[in-house]
Amino acid sequence: MEPFTRITGILAPLDRVNVDTDQIIPKQFLKRIERTGFGPFLFYDWRRNGDFILDRPAYRGASVLVTGANFGCGSSREHAPWSLLDAGFRVVIAPSFGEIFKSNSFRCGLLPAELPEPAVRELITLSLQEPGMEITVDLAAERISASGFEAGFAVDPFFRECLLNGWDEIALTLRHEADIARFEAKRSASRLS
Amino acid sequence: MARTMAAKIWDDHVVAAGEGEPDLLYVDLHLVHEVTSPQAFEGLRLSKRRVRRPDLTLATMDHDVPTIGGRAAADEVAERQMSALEENCRREGIRLYGMGNARQGIVHVIGPELGLTQPGMLIVCGDSHTSTNGAFGALAFGVGTSELEHVLATQCLRQRRPKSMAVTVEGALPLGVTAKDVALGIIASIGVEGGRGHVLEYRGATIRGLSMEGRLTVCNMTIEGGGRAGMIAPDDATFAYLKGREYAPADDHWDAAVERWRALATDPGAIFDREVSIDAARLEPYVTWGTNPGQSVPVTGSVPAPSTETDERALRYMALEPGTAIEAITIDRVFIGSCTNARLEDLRVAASVVRGHRVHPKVRAMVVPGSASVKRQAEAEGLDALFREAGFEWRDAGCSMCLGMNPDILGPGERCASTSNRNFEGRQGRGGRTHLVSPPMAAAAAIAGHLVDVREFN
Ligand code: SF4
Repeated sequence: MEPFTRITGILAPLDRVNVDTDQIIPKQFLKRIERTGFGPFLFYDWRRNGDFILDRPAYRGASVLVTGANFGCGSSREHAPWSLLDAGFRVVIAPSFGEIFKSNSFRCGLLPAELPEPAVRELITLSLQEPGMEITVDLAAERISASGFEAGFAVDPFFRECLLNGWDEIALTLRHEADIARFEAKRSASRLS
Repeated sequence: MARTMAAKIWDDHVVAAGEGEPDLLYVDLHLVHEVTSPQAFEGLRLSKRRVRRPDLTLATMDHDVPTIGGRAAADEVAERQMSALEENCRREGIRLYGMGNARQGIVHVIGPELGLTQPGMLIVCGDSHTSTNGAFGALAFGVGTSELEHVLATQCLRQRRPKSMAVTVEGALPLGVTAKDVALGIIASIGVEGGRGHVLEYRGATIRGLSMEGRLTVCNMTIEGGGRAGMIAPDDATFAYLKGREYAPADDHWDAAVERWRALATDPGAIFDREVSIDAARLEPYVTWGTNPGQSVPVTGSVPAPSTETDERALRYMALEPGTAIEAITIDRVFIGSCTNARLEDLRVAASVVRGHRVHPKVRAMVVPGSASVKRQAEAEGLDALFREAGFEWRDAGCSMCLGMNPDILGPGERCASTSNRNFEGRQGRGGRTHLVSPPMAAAAAIAGHLVDVREFN
């Protein structure tokens, strides 16, 4: 996984709540067996309806998305954070996230940053008033700043370390080989066979 | 100290717990399907890792599979995904119940029916509705592809301990109110984010009174209320359901297993982080009117006036006017299927409504059994003939129009009464409009041609 420390990029607003993973990446694109190439299909149905906010020229190339509560609710498809990453996003800021989406995001290098509702509202307003404005998200310092905006955020310390260092979680777990083997020896024989 | 059932199962599976780190948990059963797994297997290959416990892993095909015309009817990409699963399972020695196999079916339907799902287990699958398995007193949750790869490689999972929430439902269910309505009623009451961060334990006389099939329906929809997992304490109904199933403990181990399982229930006096109670007598057959499962009203009600911008959007998408009586909404399609409501009991109840009637001429209706085994049993009871003669299509097992990854989809603007679990925009097909209902309500709608109160029907 690519380490994530601090980024500065364009902020794009998506002023909706409960954006589910079926909207982020509709099912017809889940048949790919690769982890990449989902970017062009991000928010596909909404884009096809025309005049989708993220398609406005000022938000092109945005790397930070700010949106409403419960972002990424619904299915467990990791294709959702993959498609955001593939489309150039490295951070999503929202008041809350669907739990599996949040966990998936950490694990594939997309930072889900939670801010209180009023701060999110402020960012949405700012990015609408000043399309194309830049924002800095500093994971090491756990701070988000833009012109006229400053806020701290908190991330699970374990995933923060993983992201900052680009650690491979599986490799970390494999260091527990002795613990796993001990547990398996204790546990009754396979129940599947 | 008095512990909840979730805490007991959790404690039982901790392999390692580091200061400030999420716990490392051991996975007893890992279920795999074709859509969320290919990238995980690919990841393993790239890092030269192998599956640690193929014997605790089981795969099936459900999301992509055509429900008519066999495998030949699959499109090229679906076929590629199915072959990838076959190849991955072959290479790693994982048991696969693929298309055409007598045990194939929706992953959350076959786990329970094969007796794979057992009380006290920690179960994961790359699918959010894994919570279904919690109906047996297992701790079961959905994971993404990276975690799935982690489980394949290590048989472990790294998770923070969730909070606990008791959802107590007391009282007799009114006539015509099913487990599906209990689930929709709970979501309407706690909200689509209400369960966030929690494992929900469903309790109370109403829950204990549900069949195993009904309990599976309730636990299935936990994720629609934002919950991480849903569970129900195992009891005599659980044990009776399990006994004799293919993967259930054999006779000589049975009594010891039951004794272990009985000890799982939440101790008296254990404290939940949150408690919610629901009065069963106030539940009704529900219909969703919007684009999330919390937007529902009793079938006797009408489309509500929007109170937020989200509601307005939903009404626009659903092409509904506030104030319209729910029963005045005409439908084009009916889908009886999905991991929520495609077990034998669901099909029986739907069939009992259909008996003696015909599908409305303007409606296209289909029944998609949850597994090949459900299909065989239903056919042995003659349910297929009953549905067919009434004008329903009778299909092979799979997820089908629950998410429309195969050819079973709604056309733009088509309106469907569906027994599935998600009414998101475009879920059943781009531009399609979904009303979530119970199996008897779906059956009644198919005949009436509009949403209708099953209690007034016949
Ligand atoms: S039936 Fe629907 S909800 Fe259930 S596993 Fe299949 S796609 Fe998911």
